[in-house]
Amino acid sequence: MKNLIDILDITTEEIDALIDTANDIIENPGKYNEKCRHKKLATLFFEPSTRTRLSFEAAMLDLGGSVLGFSESNSSSASKGESVSDTVRTVGCYADIIAMRHPKEGAPLAASFSAGVPVINAGDGGHNHPTQTLTDLLTIKRECGRLSDIKIGFCGDLKFGRTVHSLIMALTRYENVEIVLISPEELCIPQYLKDILRSQNIKFTETRTMESVMSELDILYMTRVQRERFFNEADYIRLRDTYILTPEKLEDAKKTLCIMHPLPRVNEISTEVDVDPRACYFKQVKNGKFIRMALILKLLEVK
Amino acid sequence: MNIDPINNGIVIDHIKAGNSMEIYKFLDLDNVNSTVALIKNVPSKKMGKKDIIKIDKEIDINLDVLGYIDPDITVNIIKNGVRTEKKHLELPSVVKNVIKCKNPRCITSTERGIPHVFKLTDKENRVYRCMYCESSAKETV
Ligand SMILES: [Zn+2]
Repeated sequence: MKNLIDILDITTEEIDALIDTANDIIENPGKYNEKCRHKKLATLFFEPSTRTRLSFEAAMLDLGGSVLGFSESNSSSASKGESVSDTVRTVGCYADIIAMRHPKEGAPLAASFSAGVPVINAGDGGHNHPTQTLTDLLTIKRECGRLSDIKIGFCGDLKFGRTVHSLIMALTRYENVEIVLISPEELCIPQYLKDILRSQNIKFTETRTMESVMSELDILYMTRVQRERFFNEADYIRLRDTYILTPEKLEDAKKTLCIMHPLPRVNEISTEVDVDPRACYFKQVKNGKFIRMALILKLLEVK
Repeated sequence: MNIDPINNGIVIDHIKAGNSMEIYKFLDLDNVNSTVALIKNVPSKKMGKKDIIKIDKEIDINLDVLGYIDPDITVNIIKNGVRTEKKHLELPSVVKNVIKCKNPRCITSTERGIPHVFKLTDKENRVYRCMYCESSAKETV
């Protein structure tokens, strides 16, 4: 593994190894806090994402390394001036590893050709965000104890949610994964994904409400339903409440259910759910840092 | 209509009727300074109608480009009036700098100097996808 651009570029064995390292970091943090001493991570954010950037920076700091970089306040400036290739070639002269977010699809791949150091895709437009997917896989593994034999419900905006698309793609590689798609008709998953699921014989069903399937789920993955995805305000308001998770809707859920959300949330999970032991979304944030630590170690070939 | 047979050169045969102009452009035949004949709607037993391109000189032809446009095309090499070689094409697994990605959100739309690369992702349906953004060539052309 030289870079991480797309989650499907790495094997399930490599994912397992990253998860094992992350688990070891969680159990023995002291063992790792000097591992990247004198190493530098550059966070190149051609569009802002404070949450993802902080997670990468915290990961490197917890490994004893240091961080440098920039975050563009508006994405338009990234399209002017210097090419991505030149920028990363320059940064590669200072830093040992690069985490890059860019509004254009494929920018991190283009960067990896000229950086000279490992490049991690920290999000490229609506395309890929593999460290989010690794975070989700680590969370599922820790909460359910396995990545196969699971029934996972995805709820909300399944049309534009790249987080959902990548996690679905990643899960197609595990045995006996059953997928339940809970969304309004306007926001169901793209046809190409359904085609992939069918061609790989992955069992999936579509439904409009979460109550109808709640009792069967091992994992409930919530996403935001954004106002701008709807043509009119009335549709948005009518549909929004259907996709808000409340304690009432959880009445029939399994005791072992794992509730996930990539965050930030707006109101799609009511704050009353936060105290429920099944709410895992803040654990997910912590896992995000640990899996990024494991990834940095792997890419820097630190033993 | 008569077109003189060529002595030394290349005959690109079994072109799907109507595709010859596209091939002419892709192979940049405009910049070849020998005789080039582009023959359209030639009756064909196998295809009904076909196009043929004759080039009166043996030039280097990018077979990947031809294979990408239409793998059923055949390329004949003529030497001293005799066909010495008949090449059958294959769908190339990668085409580099032949087609451009038209997805406005793709890095290739703004980044200078990077190769435009499309990969064959579905052989059966002849689907090529941009290496960077995964848009299919059909969607984007
Ligand atoms: Zn593209």
